[in-house]
Amino acid sequence: MQVTLIFFIVLGFYLFSMSWTQQQMVGGFSGAFRNVFQVVEKFFPPNTAVISAIWGPMVETIQMAIIATTIAAILTVPLALLAAQNVTTFKPLYYVTRTFLNILRTIPDLVLAVIFVGLFGIGLFPGILALIIFSLGILAKLISETIESVDMNPLEAMRASGGNVFQVIWYALIPQVLPQYTSLVLYVFEINIRASVVLGLVGAGGIGLILNQQLGFYNYPNAMMIIILIFVVVIVIEYISTKIREALL
Amino acid sequence: MKHYSLPPKPKNSVFKKVRIIGITILVIAMYVWTFASIDIEWGRAIERAANNFSRVIPRLFSPDWSATGDVAMSMLETVLIAFAGSLMAAVIAVPLAFLAARNMMGGVIASTIGKWILSAVRAFPDIILAILFVVAVGPNAFAGVLAIAIGSTGMLGKMFSEIIESIDMNVVEAMEASGANKLQILFYGVLPQITPEFISYAIYRFEVDIRASSILGIVGAGGIGTMIIFASSNRNWNEMGTILLAIIIVVTIIDFVSAKIRRKIV
Repeated sequence: MQVTLIFFIVLGFYLFSMSWTQQQMVGGFSGAFRNVFQVVEKFFPPNTAVISAIWGPMVETIQMAIIATTIAAILTVPLALLAAQNVTTFKPLYYVTRTFLNILRTIPDLVLAVIFVGLFGIGLFPGILALIIFSLGILAKLISETIESVDMNPLEAMRASGGNVFQVIWYALIPQVLPQYTSLVLYVFEINIRASVVLGLVGAGGIGLILNQQLGFYNYPNAMMIIILIFVVVIVIEYISTKIREALL
Repeated sequence: MKHYSLPPKPKNSVFKKVRIIGITILVIAMYVWTFASIDIEWGRAIERAANNFSRVIPRLFSPDWSATGDVAMSMLETVLIAFAGSLMAAVIAVPLAFLAARNMMGGVIASTIGKWILSAVRAFPDIILAILFVVAVGPNAFAGVLAIAIGSTGMLGKMFSEIIESIDMNVVEAMEASGANKLQILFYGVLPQITPEFISYAIYRFEVDIRASSILGIVGAGGIGTMIIFASSNRNWNEMGTILLAIIIVVTIIDFVSAKIRRKIV
């Protein structure tokens, strides 16, 4: 009974969503899908000649992600410690950090990029800044959870046998956290690669800018080539990163 | 008296040492390459920031309440896009997940093909898919629904297939042994094991999709992103403040509710 009710509510909301989102569509469902095939044709064949021209911005995109991930990985350490319940025993500080991180995570990366472009003008810098803030939210949360799940016994044992604070952290905490930390940083790097390829759409540097221009000129074969290049780069980097992460854990 | 000694330290093999050194060199090379060739125009960025700071930051924190109605409508559209898209994805992902799960189709080839399809779909960022669909079906919310649906299918399919691979196969074997046909095994042996986790992941994906659909409007695919791009090109940072507030509130509420529901299900 309850399940049926939930099912009908979900279905009803779904139908409502579908009709709402199709409101402004011209020509209805069938018209749109006839259009799809005509448009898809325009995208093919992709123009392979642009590869040499778009390689530079693509490399720039990857470098944005590398820099942003590195800086976020450094900045995340104090934040993650503050957001871990077993390290930060002062409750108000813990809650403030948690809330701050939760709010940070709700803001989409592109919105951050739009704001930073407004602040710093177009270019790589606002893009990198947006990526740093965006990945900080995710990374600090994941790492603080890792810190919370460490085995506290080695720490206590070291303290009992006379280790000072730094020795305890260096020999008991870091070895437990390091593999997960590296793995999570790589995971966020993957996310950043995907995010950085689109930042250019709002003027924050990288390959997205070129993609936006080509679409603006209705130059679909060039746009398709850029999309294929993005696809290949994302797949290759994800593959490498997954392999490294598997080796770590 | 017996003499105790510590067990010998595990020796680091030469191979391991070489690998560590190799990785270190690669990482250093990567950083040198990155920082040597990246070109950030510091002077311009700092100058612009000095000029713009007072025009942007204080206004972001003083939201324009007169836009609340429009923002609320756009936010509703965003939620509807996310809901329609993720539900569609949750349905499409199920057959693909069965195809990709190694213990279901009974062949490595089928599961490899399934996994390849899923990871190929996953590689496209949502917004790139939205660009394609905007060109295909026009600049409207339905393009956003399609982008979310396809984007989520890749991720959900992967999660679902991992769930299917981790089920208890003894139940299936027992049913096979007692003469159940394929359909009966599916309905009584497999589905009860996977349904709660499927639903939990689908709800989680809805959370993610709310965030994703709030930016699709930047490329014309409906939702609040359309307002974001207008507010930024009009330098209307007060309105941007309202939009940001709306996103933060709606995402927080949906995260909270969905976390509650998921904890109840699993």
